[in-house]
Amino acid sequence: MSNIPENVRYTETHEWVRKDEGKYTIGLTDYAQHEMGEIVMAELPEVGTEATKGDSMGGLEAVKTAEDFYAPLDGEVAAVNEELESNPALINEDPFAGGWLYAIKASDDSQFDGLLTAEEYKTHIGE
Amino acid sequence: MDKRTPLYEKHVALGATMQSFAGYLMPIKYGAIQKEHMAVRENVGVFDLTHMGEFRVTGPDSAAFLDKLLTNDASIDNGKAYYSTMCYPDGGIVDDLIVYRIADQEYLMVVNAANLDKDWAWVQSHLQGFDLKVSNESDETALVAVQGPRAQEVCSKLTDVDLNGIGYYEHTTGTFAGVDALIARTGYTGEDGFEIYMKYPDAEAVWNSVMEAGEEFGIVAVGLGARDTLRLEVGYPLYGNDIDHSTTPIEAKLGWVVKLKTDKPFIAREVLEQQKAEKPGRYLVGMKVIGKGFPRHGSPLFSGDRKVGIITSGSIAPALGQAVCLGYVERGFQKRGNELEAEVRGKRIPLKIVKIPFYTEGSRK
Repeated sequence: MSNIPENVRYTETHEWVRKDEGKYTIGLTDYAQHEMGEIVMAELPEVGTEATKGDSMGGLEAVKTAEDFYAPLDGEVAAVNEELESNPALINEDPFAGGWLYAIKASDDSQFDGLLTAEEYKTHIGE
Repeated sequence: MDKRTPLYEKHVALGATMQSFAGYLMPIKYGAIQKEHMAVRENVGVFDLTHMGEFRVTGPDSAAFLDKLLTNDASIDNGKAYYSTMCYPDGGIVDDLIVYRIADQEYLMVVNAANLDKDWAWVQSHLQGFDLKVSNESDETALVAVQGPRAQEVCSKLTDVDLNGIGYYEHTTGTFAGVDALIARTGYTGEDGFEIYMKYPDAEAVWNSVMEAGEEFGIVAVGLGARDTLRLEVGYPLYGNDIDHSTTPIEAKLGWVVKLKTDKPFIAREVLEQQKAEKPGRYLVGMKVIGKGFPRHGSPLFSGDRKVGIITSGSIAPALGQAVCLGYVERGFQKRGNELEAEVRGKRIPLKIVKIPFYTEGSRK
């Protein structure tokens, strides 16, 4: 069973989104990191990049597969997790904290409320 | 509905991620692929490869039949084995396989699971005129591979057969873990190791015994994920990725398994002879990524603005800590040291053509 904390929201493309002070932090869900396996490279966006909900913002390379990740909200990239450059395995080891991907300063806060709840995401992945 | 190998319950109990592969539900990984990979490089790992297909060829014309069907030479001693391609008349590859010579008039062909039905049909369609019998034993034959520098230490605890007497690509029949088995020093990892063939009902006894005997060496179960990274790291081609109907053994640098030096006729001989003489338009080469990025199967290859090839396999090489690839490049661009670029998600990743195998420290005898 995957870890699906309730203090964050989710997307159908397996990102989690946490509302922080002035920005939204985004990462890969525990379910998705487990499905992908060991992540060996994270290609992150640059700070300042414009984000449009649904756009590919970067990619993750696992041993066997590669997956893009997508902007859950409109806005601008406010921060990226530079730790992942040298240690992409953090995404596997600590997906909801140390393995965060990037943060967005949202242009429309109401989009956050439209994201999946933990309960809805759980249904989405069939658990 | 996917088939299950006789070791299915073992994999599930070990927490394996099971996935459909070639009609079987197979373990892709038990934990981390790179850990399984390194266990085989450094110590020993055990694989369930029961999905592989086995055809037994028996009868007076066995050697002549295989010589017609396969590109490599069937004239080997009993107790030896050979690797070969099997080609269509146009030189494209039906499959790559290992053939064990059991006796004067008996061989065992071991083919890729994904090609099993196609291969069986191909074999059946060429029987006419040969005095022999071919039986498909795939659904009754299990295969457990024990691979890694400590493999012999593990296996020697389970058999009275003198394993030192079995050289690379040699085999014998004997009792292994209390059951009748074909014991072969073969594998596809670049390491020393054994492939143990047995009947389905005996597989569990073999698996359990290998696990127990290997405990002191830190044996781990290894899934198909690490099987792929292990073979790529030593530059072995994988059917469906690096070779298929659209590629020939000459292009794939498998000319060493095409018996052009003999005078034996075989399917595709003329085409391959001509291609070798005229040189193929492209070659399979090994490439290392310079810097970051992971080109994958299907990524196009460029020299400047010119598209000169395509990646057929790409992954991290865990023992080298960097990404490596196999791919075809146009003749003229295949030289070692040549730098190319792969395109991945709109970005160019620089690569350098290097010698295969990428990993050269393997314990293979």
